Amino acid sequence: MNKIVENKNLSENVVKMVFEAPVIAQKRKAGQFIVLKIDETGERIPLTIVDSDAQKGTLTIIYQIVGKTTAKLSQMKAGDSLQDVQGPLGNPTEIENFGRVVCVGGGVGVGVVYPLIVALKKAGNEVISIIGSRTKDLLILEKEIGENSDRLIVTTDDGSYGVHGFVSAVLQEMIDKGEKIDHVFAIGPVPMMRVICDVTKPHGIKTVVSLNSIMVDATGMCGACRVSVGGKTKFTCVDGPEFDGHEVDFKLLSDRLKTYCESEREAYEKHRCGCDGN
Amino acid sequence: MKNIGVDVMETKETKEKKEKVPRQKMPEQDPKKRVHNFEEVPFGYSEETAIIEAKRCIQCKKPACIEGCPVDVKIPEFIKQIAEGNFIESAKVLKETNSLPAVCGRVCPQEDQCEKTCILGKKGEPVAIGRLERFSADYERKSGKISVPAIAKSNGKKVAIAGAGPSGLTIAGDLAKLGYDVTIFEALHKSGGVLVYGIPEFRLPKAIVEAEVEGLRSLGVKIETNYVIGRTKTIDELFEEGFQAVFIGVGAGAPVFMNIPGENLIGIYSANEYLTRSNLMKAYRFPEYDTPIVRGKRVAVIGGGNVAMDSVRTALRLGAERAMIIYRRTEVEMPARKEEVHHAQEEGVEFLMLTAPVEYIGNKDGWVTGMKCLKMELGEPDASGRRSPKPIKGSEYVIDVDTVVVAVGTVANPIVPATTKGLEVNKWGYIVAKDETGLTSREGIYAGGDIVTGAATVILAMGAGRKAANAIHEYLSKK
Repeated sequence: MNKIVENKNLSENVVKMVFEAPVIAQKRKAGQFIVLKIDETGERIPLTIVDSDAQKGTLTIIYQIVGKTTAKLSQMKAGDSLQDVQGPLGNPTEIENFGRVVCVGGGVGVGVVYPLIVALKKAGNEVISIIGSRTKDLLILEKEIGENSDRLIVTTDDGSYGVHGFVSAVLQEMIDKGEKIDHVFAIGPVPMMRVICDVTKPHGIKTVVSLNSIMVDATGMCGACRVSVGGKTKFTCVDGPEFDGHEVDFKLLSDRLKTYCESEREAYEKHRCGCDGN
Repeated sequence: MKNIGVDVMETKETKEKKEKVPRQKMPEQDPKKRVHNFEEVPFGYSEETAIIEAKRCIQCKKPACIEGCPVDVKIPEFIKQIAEGNFIESAKVLKETNSLPAVCGRVCPQEDQCEKTCILGKKGEPVAIGRLERFSADYERKSGKISVPAIAKSNGKKVAIAGAGPSGLTIAGDLAKLGYDVTIFEALHKSGGVLVYGIPEFRLPKAIVEAEVEGLRSLGVKIETNYVIGRTKTIDELFEEGFQAVFIGVGAGAPVFMNIPGENLIGIYSANEYLTRSNLMKAYRFPEYDTPIVRGKRVAVIGGGNVAMDSVRTALRLGAERAMIIYRRTEVEMPARKEEVHHAQEEGVEFLMLTAPVEYIGNKDGWVTGMKCLKMELGEPDASGRRSPKPIKGSEYVIDVDTVVVAVGTVANPIVPATTKGLEVNKWGYIVAKDETGLTSREGIYAGGDIVTGAATVILAMGAGRKAANAIHEYLSKK
């Protein structure tokens, strides 16, 4: 059992949760994730570790309310417990001093890119962060990322805050201006990651993406999370979650993410009307 | 004076009596009904039937059946107790050497082990040892009078076990009985390994596995779930924490795909994923349980082993109108147990033999819609002694499918070897361990079950756990 310390909305549908998981908190590195299961009837969902406190033995995750499980999660209170938390899983991000690094985060992916920014900065990189959201109210971690970046550019799709437009346009502009970029990390919705890779590929800028495939066991046993990278099938859980973005088949990823759309909608609707007893 | 007539008559009568007691059948759920539920297929023996069957055992002085058992169950002894109506006593005998009798009674391939060597099988049908084992274990569990085997005084020595599957549970029980402080580290959220994620409810009810795991806890075994050895902690960290020996029983783990075009289309599962969703996550009870599963109408399962049979029978229960086994050889070569094949046939599974998929076809949304297959013919025997299938030129045809389950085997999961320095693996990635002891290339580290042998049976993994328990006991007794 893992006791929840904090469960707080960062925006209307994005929530930050801090909970006890002392062994994982000791061990985890940037880029790794956990699998959690709320209760006996719950499903196993993978979530990236955003932060940890080894002293207090806690982990921080940030999730978006998209279905029944995340809705249930958002209704939990400090003092409640998660039945199962497994981790840390996946390979840690390969952090080194690349020189000048651009970290791009979109939507809830901003939470996932945050620990990378911290680690990259610590490793001596010059970190330029570009974070974006649909609208101002949905923007998360602006302050924290600003404190850990040499430069921060914020975008909103509707122009309600920062630069009006997409994160990819900002990156494109930097490249067009001839700014030197040694390495890019891009984490966010699949279309965003795909576009960022399209922007960097012609210039040969190495771009690492973190994939959010569907998983069950998350230890290499089931293959639910398989993706195609450089024409070869890889398991996101044990071979990833980070891959060379220029090699990823994003169409396959986005198709496979839709596998359970209908079931998820059914479960979410039953949950919202209270028909499922939860 | 000898009355020859009477003598002859008596002999005839005894003979007739013997012939009158055939191997007792186990009543089963009607196939038409059972394809709509996940309840167990056989009901088990009644007390009366169990006694009748137990009395068929002739109590050989040198029982060949025991030689066929990887964990040396005292077969004639437990059967004798059943014959005399001492059911609880018979369970005690079983548990002296087998910590999971209710499981073994259900999933062991007895026809290749104890029952194969039973002397009665030479002329007629062997004693139904598996069914009797199941009866005895079930009787004890239902009675609530579960016996706890004798436990030696604690010796304070700590042993860690990676994996709560058949080998890990066996070694844990054995070492706990010898007085060791045993902790099992299980990667998933539930204990049982393949018994909970792989074998379906209709073949092995999960409540039974839970009861057997509870039995281990009552021996003082500690179980840490959600603990991935190699990730949460490495084996070397366990040694640093004071564990004096480690047993690796993490299973074969990783699924094999065939690397044919279209294999990543939606609706194509590995058997591991399909069964884990249904069994461990209870997706068959969605939306009461939150994990979804594709409920295909036309389901093809590729492969001819027990896992393929479990998958195809699960597909039927999830509502498939057409559930097919696609196998590249013929029924004769199929590695599945005859009983499983028979059950699948009764339930309406179609067997498409000498057929191999070469490509999957999908729609614009990425869902599988068809499977291009080739017809095969059998050629010369290969290294495994089975006749190898060869494709027939120009025999391509397409089968309409909306779900595919690939059940063509597993390979070693690399997490433990990759994070344990000096642990030798073979060219397939399986851990190298000595046959008789399970000792690996590193002192104090033992391994057994599928991570050593590749995919095999529950009982063979249990046998490996037993051997490693003895070896660890010997090793730590000297320390």
